[in-house]
Amino acid sequence: MSVDTAAPADSVLPEGRPMDLLRFATAGSVDDGKSTLIGRLLYDTKSLFTDQLAAVEAVSAARGDEYTNLALLTDGLRAEREQGITIDVAYRYFATPRRKFIIADTPGHIQYTRNMVTGASTADLALILVDARKGLVEQSRRHAFLCSLLRVPHLVLCVNKMDLVDWSQEVFERIADEFTAFATKLDAPDLSVVPISALRGDNIVSRSENMPWYEGPSLLHHLERVHIASDRNLVDVRFPVQYVIRPQSTTVTDYRGYAGQVASGVLKPGDEVMALPSGFTSRIAAVETADGPVDEAFPPMSVTVRLADEIDISRGDMICRPNNAPAVTQDVEAMVCWMDESRPLQVGGKYAIKHTTRSARAIVRGLHYRLDINTLHRDESATELKLNEIGRVRLRTTVPLLADEYRRNRTTGGFVIIDETTNRTVAAGMIVDTA
Amino acid sequence: MTAPAAYRVSHLDALEAESIFVMREVVAEMERPVLLFSGGKDSIVMLRLAQKAFAPASIPFPVMHVDTGHNFPEVLEYRDQRVTELGLQLIVASVPEALSNGLVRESADGMRNRIQTPVLLDAVEKHRFDALFGGARRDEEKARAKERVFSFRDEFGQWDPKNQRPELWSLYNGRHHPGESIRVFPLSNWTELDVWHYIARERIPLPSIYYAHEREVIEREGMLYAVNEFIRPRAGEERFKAQVRYRTVGDASCTAAVRSDADTVEKVIEEVAATRITERGATRGDDRVSEAAMEDRKREGYF
Ligand SMILES: Nc1nc2c(ncn2[C@@H]2O[C@H](COP(=O)(O)OP(=O)(O)OP(=O)(O)O)[C@@H](O)[C@H]2O)c(=O)[nH]1
Ligand SMILES: [Mg+2]
Repeated sequence: MSVDTAAPADSVLPEGRPMDLLRFATAGSVDDGKSTLIGRLLYDTKSLFTDQLAAVEAVSAARGDEYTNLALLTDGLRAEREQGITIDVAYRYFATPRRKFIIADTPGHIQYTRNMVTGASTADLALILVDARKGLVEQSRRHAFLCSLLRVPHLVLCVNKMDLVDWSQEVFERIADEFTAFATKLDAPDLSVVPISALRGDNIVSRSENMPWYEGPSLLHHLERVHIASDRNLVDVRFPVQYVIRPQSTTVTDYRGYAGQVASGVLKPGDEVMALPSGFTSRIAAVETADGPVDEAFPPMSVTVRLADEIDISRGDMICRPNNAPAVTQDVEAMVCWMDESRPLQVGGKYAIKHTTRSARAIVRGLHYRLDINTLHRDESATELKLNEIGRVRLRTTVPLLADEYRRNRTTGGFVIIDETTNRTVAAGMIVDTA
Repeated sequence: MTAPAAYRVSHLDALEAESIFVMREVVAEMERPVLLFSGGKDSIVMLRLAQKAFAPASIPFPVMHVDTGHNFPEVLEYRDQRVTELGLQLIVASVPEALSNGLVRESADGMRNRIQTPVLLDAVEKHRFDALFGGARRDEEKARAKERVFSFRDEFGQWDPKNQRPELWSLYNGRHHPGESIRVFPLSNWTELDVWHYIARERIPLPSIYYAHEREVIEREGMLYAVNEFIRPRAGEERFKAQVRYRTVGDASCTAAVRSDADTVEKVIEEVAATRITERGATRGDDRVSEAAMEDRKREGYF
C-alpha cells in the first residue's frame, strides 16, 4: 500500500534563485569556545529541538554547571563529555531564510588535528576562534595555517570571550592585528574579523550592545552573505571518470556512459574533449542524468557523459579539453600533513595513494623541508614527518596522475596517502608542482 | 541557453549529487556491497538515489532487510512491491529465525533493537558483504553526527568513535582486510526536512503510515503507540482513537506515532519544518535508555 505524492517546488528564495549551501568549519585552540559558538548559533537561530536542549540542560544540571553548557550540543560522544573537549568532528545543520548551512565543529586539541583537517577539507569558510585573554597561541597558528594550506576560501577570525576582557576594543585590535600580519604570510584569500562572546551571544546573530565600537556585521549576517559562487573553478574542464555504465539489458543496448562528478569547468554536448591518460579526442554526444539529458554540467553535478566515438576510458581516467588539460605525471611535488601516530613519513617509504578516482602506489623520493608552524621556518635537515607535522615532499607514482596544482583545483590537486599494511589514511597531500 | 551566468545548483541538487558520487565510489571500489532496506523513508530515498546513480543500468547490488519480526504490515507490503518493481534481490536477515536457532536470545524488555546487531553481523559474514549502505543521517542523533561517510568496522563489526579514519575532501578510503567492512552513509548530510523535500520533488511513494490516519493507540511514557499484536494495553492504559502518523519506521514494538493531520507530502513538510522535537526523540523508545544509548549500540555494530 502506498501513497502517491504531488510535487511542490524545491526551496527557493524570494528573488527566485535556489537556496544555496555554505559549508563551514570551526578552528582554533582547545577551549577557545568553538563548540560553545556552534551551540549558540544553533540556539539563537532557533535551530534546536526541545528534546535536544532538554537533554543538554539535564546533563549540565547534573554536572553542576552554572549555566547550560551549549558545547554539549556537538560534543556528543561519551568520552568528549567526560573530558569536556571535542575529539572528533561533529556535523550540524541549520538553515536561515537565506541559506542552508553544514557546520563541521572540529577539535582544538593537537592530538586530534587530523579530525580538524577532515572537517576543514570540504569547508567554504572557516571560523578561527581565539580566546581574547590568551591571544594567538601555537594551535591557533597551526589551524590558520592548515586552513590556508587546504585553501579554505574564506576565513573569519572570531576573537571570543570578549566578556572576560571587559569588551575591550584594544584587546580585540591587538589580536586582530597580530592575526592579520600572520595571515598575510599565509596568503589567506579572504579574511574578516569579529569580536564575540559565544557564551553570551554577543555579535553572533545580532550586533552586540556591549561593543558599540564594533561597526561590522554579526557573524551570522556575514555567514549568510559571504559570496561563494565564484569560489568554484568554472574554467578548467575536469571530469574524473568514476564508473563506466554499461547496462546488461535487452532494452538498452550499446549504451556506454562515463559516470562522475564534475570537478571543475562546464561540459556541454558538442564540446571537443580529450581523455587522459590516453590522449584520444572525441566530442561529447550527450550529458545525461537519470532525469534525462542536460544542456550543460558544472560542479558539483553528478552526471553521465557519452562520447561520439568509442574510445577506451575506464575508472581513474579524466575527461578534459584538448587545449586545457591537467599534467600527466608520475612525479609530483606536494605539501603533506602527516596524520599517523604509529609510523612517521620516511624518505623511501612506499604507500598507496588516492587521487581523484585513481589509485596508485607511491614512493617518497625526497623530503625538502618540514615547516615550523609558528615561524613558518623551513627545516631542511628534517628526515621524517611525525604526527601533525607538515612538510614538502617529492613523490614518484606507479602510474601517472592526472593532476593540477591544488591552489588551482581542490579536487584534482588533493590526494590522500594510505598505509598499505594498516589501510589507515595517514596523510593529506596538496600538489604544489606537477613538473 | 539562458542564465548560465549563475551556474548554481540548489542545496537539494548538491546533496543528491554528493550521494550519487558516494554510491558510485562504493560500487567501483568495493567487492560486495549491499543496501540496508527497511522500508523506512531514508532507505527509500537511498534506493531512489541508487536508481539514479546507475541509470539506465539497474541497481548493481542486492538489498537486505534486518527483519525483527515486529513489522508494520504496510511497510512489508511496500518493501516487497518495491523490490519486485526494481527487480532487486532481497535478502532477509531474520531475528525470529535467529531466536529459534539460538543465535540470539530475547532481551528482558522484549525490545529487539539490540539483538538485531548480531543478526545483521551474521548475515554480513555469511554473504561476505564488505560495504553496507545505511540510511543514517548525521542530524538524527549526536553519535551519528560524528560518523564518517565511509565508516570502518573491524572484524567484529565494531565502530571505534575515538579512532576514525581521517576523511578528506571526497576521497573515501574503503580499504579493509578480509572480514572487516565499511558502513557507507550516502545521506550523511541530509536533514529530515531535506528528505521530505526530496520525496516531494521526486514524487516518491511511501508506506501509508507516514501520512496521517486514524489508529487505535495507547499513551506510554508520553508517546503514542499503536495497539497491535506487539503492543497491548497494560493495566491503567486507556485505548483511544487518534489521528496520527509515523515520523520514523522501526521495530513496531518500540516505534511510536505522533499526532498529526498531515495527510499529504506538503502538509508533512509544513509539519516537519515547524516541529520542535527531533524525530528519534518523538518516536523511539529505544533511544531513551541512556544518554549514550545510540553510541553504545553503534560501537557494537548497529546500523
Ligand atoms: N566567559 C566565556 N566563556 C566561554 C565563552 N565561549 C566559551 N566559553 C567557555 O570555554 C570553555 C570551553 O568551551 P568549548 O566550546 O568546549 O571550547 P572548544 O573550543 O570547543 O574546545 P575543543 O573543542 O575541545 O577544542 C567552556 O567552559 C565554555 O563555557 C565566552 O564567550 N565567554
Ligand atoms: Mg569543541
